[in-house]
Amino acid sequence: MTKVIAGPFNRVEGDLEVGLDIEDGIILRAEVTTTLFRGFEKILGGRPPMDALVIAPRICGICSVSQSIAAASALRALAGGRAAPNGYLAANLAHAAENIADHLTHFYLFFMPDFARAEYADYEWFERAAARFKAVSGEASAQYLPARRRLLEIMGIIAGKWPHSLAFQPGGVTKAIDIGERIRLAAILADFQVFLEQTLFGASLDDILSLESEDDLEALRAKGNSDFRFFLDVADDLALRALGKGPGQLLSYGAYHEAEESLLPAGIATLEGVRAFDANAISEDVASSWFEDTSKNPFEAETSPDVKKDGAYSWAKSPRIDLEPMETGAAARLAVAGHPLVTALIARDGGTSVRTRVIARVVETAILVHSMQGWLRRMRLKEAFSSHFSIPDEAAAAGLVEAARGSLGHWVQLRKGQIQRYQIIAPTTWNFSPRDERGIAGPLEQALVGVETGALGAKSAALQHVIRSFDPCMVCTAH
Amino acid sequence: MRNIKAGMKSMLWLQAGSCGGCTMSVLEVGAKGFMRELETFGIDLIWHPSISEESGSEAIDIFQAVAEGRLALDILCVEGSIMMGPDGTGLYSRMAGTGKTTLDWVRLLAPRARYCLAVGTCAAYGGIPAATPFMDEVSGLQYGETLEGGALGKDFRSLSGMPVINVSGCAPHPGWIMETIGAIAFDEFGETDLDRLGRPRFYAKTLAHHGCDRNEYYEFKASAEKFSDLGCMMEHLGCKATQAVGDCNQRAWNGGGSCTHGGFSCIACTSPGFEDATGFLKTPKVAGIPVGLPLDMPKAWFVALAALSKSATPDRVRENAVSDRVLSDPQRGKGVRE
Repeated sequence: MTKVIAGPFNRVEGDLEVGLDIEDGIILRAEVTTTLFRGFEKILGGRPPMDALVIAPRICGICSVSQSIAAASALRALAGGRAAPNGYLAANLAHAAENIADHLTHFYLFFMPDFARAEYADYEWFERAAARFKAVSGEASAQYLPARRRLLEIMGIIAGKWPHSLAFQPGGVTKAIDIGERIRLAAILADFQVFLEQTLFGASLDDILSLESEDDLEALRAKGNSDFRFFLDVADDLALRALGKGPGQLLSYGAYHEAEESLLPAGIATLEGVRAFDANAISEDVASSWFEDTSKNPFEAETSPDVKKDGAYSWAKSPRIDLEPMETGAAARLAVAGHPLVTALIARDGGTSVRTRVIARVVETAILVHSMQGWLRRMRLKEAFSSHFSIPDEAAAAGLVEAARGSLGHWVQLRKGQIQRYQIIAPTTWNFSPRDERGIAGPLEQALVGVETGALGAKSAALQHVIRSFDPCMVCTAH
Repeated sequence: MRNIKAGMKSMLWLQAGSCGGCTMSVLEVGAKGFMRELETFGIDLIWHPSISEESGSEAIDIFQAVAEGRLALDILCVEGSIMMGPDGTGLYSRMAGTGKTTLDWVRLLAPRARYCLAVGTCAAYGGIPAATPFMDEVSGLQYGETLEGGALGKDFRSLSGMPVINVSGCAPHPGWIMETIGAIAFDEFGETDLDRLGRPRFYAKTLAHHGCDRNEYYEFKASAEKFSDLGCMMEHLGCKATQAVGDCNQRAWNGGGSCTHGGFSCIACTSPGFEDATGFLKTPKVAGIPVGLPLDMPKAWFVALAALSKSATPDRVRENAVSDRVLSDPQRGKGVRE
């Protein structure tokens, strides 16, 4: 058996290290290490609650709006307040724009370039992969990045700028949208839809929205060339549906909330079906983390680094629900929502796979563009975009939202008008958690066991595909 | 490992204690995206953590070659705070797979670069991670809050003789980053192009306030009382645009925005120590007068002018200042709606 360390593991957000035990070209054990600690939970302590809106988004430059919305949602819950209906809609629009940008940045810049690695030079599709997706030089990024730039003009209108905006407040957003701005938003969405249909989907938005089965995917492939179709072809050739199986429990907090409803529901999906999710069942332990022992309850936990701790190997903690690790992300959100295609793929493959994770992001992108058009139409421009209420001096509440990469929670306790404790559990804290006190490995650690690396070891493309299929955000993970 | 493309300048990008937001920002530049923009300016990107193919040992080979002087480096970009702690070990941020800290790598690579760029306020001055309680543990490349000279020391000069170029901002405008890189590529960037804190003057020679679309409200001291109001946010809501440098309101963010245009206060994110404020969204006052007055304006004059302009405020401006939309349109006469 050989022990290898993979890192710096790039084309993820942040820095990642993976320790592997490999025997006869097969991974026997994996240890996933988050290598950066910045201490946001400690920085937030002792400040006025509204400062969370400045500090928290700066945890992450790629999902900054998600962090803002989690903080605003926690502050709103502390006050027991409600945002203005337009405020929810405008925040959802900006949040969805960010999540789409994240999904497609993952697809075009992080994930697909691995198919242009020299390891695949003998495959029939290699020439196309290299021309289209080769890192830095591939032609696809020169199409995607301008489309992303256009999409992010939504931020210029709603959020002032991106990343790191203060537009997202407990009561809604800081700027009322006027008629002209609504038209500009509609035009941006229309432009982006054209990019999606012509370049990514090779089909109409409705075609993607109506995908329900593997047969529908087959029919889509017959329609002609597109980047999604290319992925499906390669995924079949490389059997990516059998690669990188998740732990079997899929978590979503529910996404794109309004006062009474959300576009996607909260829950936990397994092969047996979907069950309700209970926020009180969330615990976080530090058995393998460089932190002093503390409460497992996120409302009571402290973050005290201990870089010399025996047996620790990550700055990430180990979140669990009823002591079980959870996979989270687009596949989990759509499985919890009972999306027919994603549910069928997970049932057929016996769990999530590299292929299903990528398909779920593409499908969710279509769902979001469609929903954004609806939210835009539903804004009542003559009404307020923000309500105003004060935050009490003593209270505790959580803000639970979905970032692109999955379930994101902020747990806040106020005392004497200041933040006493602030705990954050980010999507990749779930997916890339280290072992817990029972020795149960995190979802990626489980998904890597059994992966064939062949003679290439840590350089093998299969390893790269499994890790990147989760679209990790390492900067959020340990924060 | 490949060589640098003929006739091009090499650029290496590292992320230290970073959120990745500066990279997310610069990915917006150019009609065909960041990578083509670099080509336009003759930059050969030898490695970037979010973009490059090379992973693991392939990436380490590149760092080693630069550190040992085998691969010439024209531009080193560092994004993120330099984690010095705990206790000067740098172990809060290890460069994965290398057995070294990011602090180690920065100290190995920076002296090999012709130009060294701190991309974002974190790499420049420490930024948000350097806030209490980490002010002694986190630093910028050449500036620190309590760590004199930051990670590289105040006498550090890159091979061109320049100190670290501080493209501060949280996150910086994509143009601030790309235009600095472009100016270096054109060999037309020298020490006189920097302000006294190492920031490129092309964007740091003005205040964030200049060009603010709330200008009329500022002139008449017609103040917003809560976020979503249209009025000036300096008096009550903590806006520091009259104290912070940046051409923020003279160029479009994400196609047409800016912080103040988006309805919220400037938090002076281009300034060293901006993270030390508590109560960002509320203006600290003494005897009813904001503590932070415009950067170079004598207090007595400010108070006198404010009193004068408040007494001259048109009803239209007074009414609109505390509304989330214009209630009263400009018109001849008093400007008050019938």
